[in-house]
Amino acid sequence: MTEVTVPEKIEDIEIRLLLEALFLKYHYDFRNYAMASIKRRLKQARQQLGFATFSALQESLLHDPALLPRLLRYLTVQVSEMFRDPGYFKAMREKVVPHLRTYPSLKVWIAGCSTGEELYSLVILFREEGLEDRTIFYATDINHEALQAAEAGIFALDRVALFTENHRKSGGKSSLSDYYQAAYGRVSFDKSLRRNVVFSDHSLVTDAVFAEMHLISCRNVMIYFDSGLQDHALGLFKDSLVRKGFLGLGSKENLRFSRHANAFTDFVREEKIYQRRAE
Amino acid sequence: MSVQPEAIVIGASAGAVEALSVVLTALPASFRLPVIVVVHVPPDRRSVMAELFQAKCVLPVQEAEDKQPIVGGTIYFAPPDYHLLIEVDRCLSLSSDEPVLFSRPSIDVLFESAADAYGPTMIAIVLTGANHDGAAGLRAVVDAGGRGLVQDPETAFAAAMPEAAIQMCPSARVMSLEAIAQYLKEV
Repeated sequence: MTEVTVPEKIEDIEIRLLLEALFLKYHYDFRNYAMASIKRRLKQARQQLGFATFSALQESLLHDPALLPRLLRYLTVQVSEMFRDPGYFKAMREKVVPHLRTYPSLKVWIAGCSTGEELYSLVILFREEGLEDRTIFYATDINHEALQAAEAGIFALDRVALFTENHRKSGGKSSLSDYYQAAYGRVSFDKSLRRNVVFSDHSLVTDAVFAEMHLISCRNVMIYFDSGLQDHALGLFKDSLVRKGFLGLGSKENLRFSRHANAFTDFVREEKIYQRRAE
Repeated sequence: MSVQPEAIVIGASAGAVEALSVVLTALPASFRLPVIVVVHVPPDRRSVMAELFQAKCVLPVQEAEDKQPIVGGTIYFAPPDYHLLIEVDRCLSLSSDEPVLFSRPSIDVLFESAADAYGPTMIAIVLTGANHDGAAGLRAVVDAGGRGLVQDPETAFAAAMPEAAIQMCPSARVMSLEAIAQYLKEV
């Protein structure tokens, strides 16, 4: 059988050049994102931003910085739910919190926090468990607009029923309605939830280790990375965690295919919560 | 001259379990191609498809995990509430991007990525269903030189999905479930 070399499609070449331009000009590095998803998102962006080709989009992007935030909306914004996968938060509450209680002060990193659903879920959980006052939460994302939304803590009212149901299933000890006020079809989460939160631009691709964390929660962020970039990010998490610190991933993510697999042990296997080894 | 297929993708919705039972259980232990399946299931996180078909099939059945290398002779199901895609380096990847045609997982998303990854060495199959998912994806597979099969709408539990696929992709072969099973055994 002869090996057939398929020439790269023009569109694929254009996409690579566009990502290169985005990096060289604006230092946003999507070059090692998983191609199948990013291609879909870019196609959507190209169509809706009104460009005939990715080359045309690239040219405008290089010369018009105002296009950048519009493009980033397509590339990065993730809509999540509060207490998405209630079992994850239940495991945090029942299995991880007892360990965290033994520390006099805590640092928690929500990496790729997007518009803040996972952040608020954890802050509420920590408040319910009496840990909030000794904790600093670092909420980071590469998308500045998403971070601003997270900091505002405003969500559409029609999503709150789902959030409430998730919170209840996660073993919530209070009522979610204690933490927000509703008005004009939206809910606004109480600013006291943000008193121990530091919001920060941070890229898992290009930025360095963050701090000595006790818990890192990074759910459904790395599924957008290719294997090499996943390894890089997991290395960053490993180096950012204290010994025996915890790492929580999305329900279909895992460390099995990573070269850092040996640095962690399964802590709650079915909820994808890992613990950094002591040595 | 037709190219030797390297992978099979299948999309099914309403009536999926019965239809897939005919097709997937027919595949023998010697079957060497990977079979990657999207079924529309409610996003309630409980994955039942892989378990259900593991009990029925001779081939190993798994729920897809992110960045898992695709292995021949294995059946993969998309997990509930995630899109399943195929990367050019022939691994599976998941995404939480928004539902497409109200569906996550989406058949179009799987098929379009499969068309990119495998081009002409792909067989894509649209089975029973009550919406239009899969039609655009089947078209992408066929446009990339792959083969498109559609369950005969007359025999489908829900005809809308195969009908939409045939309309968007008139060159697709329309077959009964038994004929699809036989076709796969002979590729």
